[in-house]
Amino acid sequence: MCLAIPAKVIRVDGASALVMIEDTEYNASLLLLDDIKAGDYVMLHAGFAIQKVDEEEAIETMRLLIEVEKHNPE
Amino acid sequence: MKYIDEYRKKDLILGVSEEIKKISKKEISLMEVCGGHTMAIHRFGLHFLLPPNIHLLSGPGCPVCVSGQHFIDTAIAYSRLPGSIITTYGDLIRVPGSASSLEKEKAGGQDIRIVYSVLESLEIAVKNPGKNVIFLGIGFETTAPLTAAAIEEALKRNIRNFSVLSSHKVMPPVMKALVRDGVKINGFIAPGHVTAITGTGIYKDLTESFGLGVVVSGFEPVDMMQSILMLVAQFEAGKPRVEVQYQRVVREEGNPVAQKLLNKVFELKDDRWRGLGLIPLSGLKIRPGLSSFDAEKMFPLEVPVASEPKGCICGLILRGLKTPLECRLFQKKCTPSDPVGACMVSAEGTCATYYKYRS
Ligand code: SF4
Repeated sequence: MCLAIPAKVIRVDGASALVMIEDTEYNASLLLLDDIKAGDYVMLHAGFAIQKVDEEEAIETMRLLIEVEKHNPE
Repeated sequence: MKYIDEYRKKDLILGVSEEIKKISKKEISLMEVCGGHTMAIHRFGLHFLLPPNIHLLSGPGCPVCVSGQHFIDTAIAYSRLPGSIITTYGDLIRVPGSASSLEKEKAGGQDIRIVYSVLESLEIAVKNPGKNVIFLGIGFETTAPLTAAAIEEALKRNIRNFSVLSSHKVMPPVMKALVRDGVKINGFIAPGHVTAITGTGIYKDLTESFGLGVVVSGFEPVDMMQSILMLVAQFEAGKPRVEVQYQRVVREEGNPVAQKLLNKVFELKDDRWRGLGLIPLSGLKIRPGLSSFDAEKMFPLEVPVASEPKGCICGLILRGLKTPLECRLFQKKCTPSDPVGACMVSAEGTCATYYKYRS
């Protein structure tokens, strides 16, 4: 139910956006999110964009994980 | 897929697993609140990558499972009202009520339509001016703002033949109720998408008053493992606090636009949870000023409170007290194609998850 999937914004049309997950296009309502532009990634939940994915935070999380992996070689 | 594939990398998962094994000394019980987390653990077999002193409990975060039979019975009663169209997310359609299910009613000719987005209900209402479109609102803080947005739209566009039967619920009271109930938990793997809306403030009590660790987690296997590592580290250091693993999606303040809409449309009410009974201020009802969108106000019906299906221990499973393997009906009388209880219906129900990945 609380499933949300990262989707790439292709185009913004007023209060909705065309987004893409893999090769499939979807419509995402932007009624719950301001300041979205083409190229952003948003979390899509039951037809609504509920939050923007923060690229910098994603990179930071990955950096931490790779540190952990390096300390624990197989 | 970006933001998914990299969080499924085997080397990363195993690296975190080794780190957990290194630092985890004490017995610890962690509850994954969200059904989506339960699914990820079993789908990727994460429990096999943890040392035996770490125990994972499934929690009450499956909206279909906790909504209870009375809600389904009421929805069925509405579908039988002349001139009504029921719209619902697909998850609800197969949940057994006390005598029927929405699926059976649909086969019997009632107008019940599955929608992907609540906004489709508005279009259906516009196209059917002589009918009453009733949307079945289920879900937690992640999903309730969508319903609020639809009501706000209906108000703006003056769509008067649309209403909502709300079974929307909020997470913090049930998390506290479990702890008060004596369920042995040292920390919560907290729901990522709920928190993406609410922000992290809702968990303050759990650390300050109950001394529990809370880590808000993403849903991919690497996310889950990292969250467990963070909770174990907090626990071993004796420093429970609220942390966010799911940094790429969860901000401290949450989603203010969604919060504003949620507060505008809904207010808290005491609500019933399957297996947990009545929990004060744990549900959302439509505010009195918007009662023309409240199906319960528009179409008052007396639906008797039903008892749970015989032999089903779904309620105990939702509190982390039992696993499906302890239910005598599991895999025998109760299967996803012929479910006895709600925990077997929803894909994220613990019984359905066990059936799919453990048998
Ligand atoms: S297996 Fe079926 S009957 Fe048993 S607890 Fe789960 S849903 Fe209920």
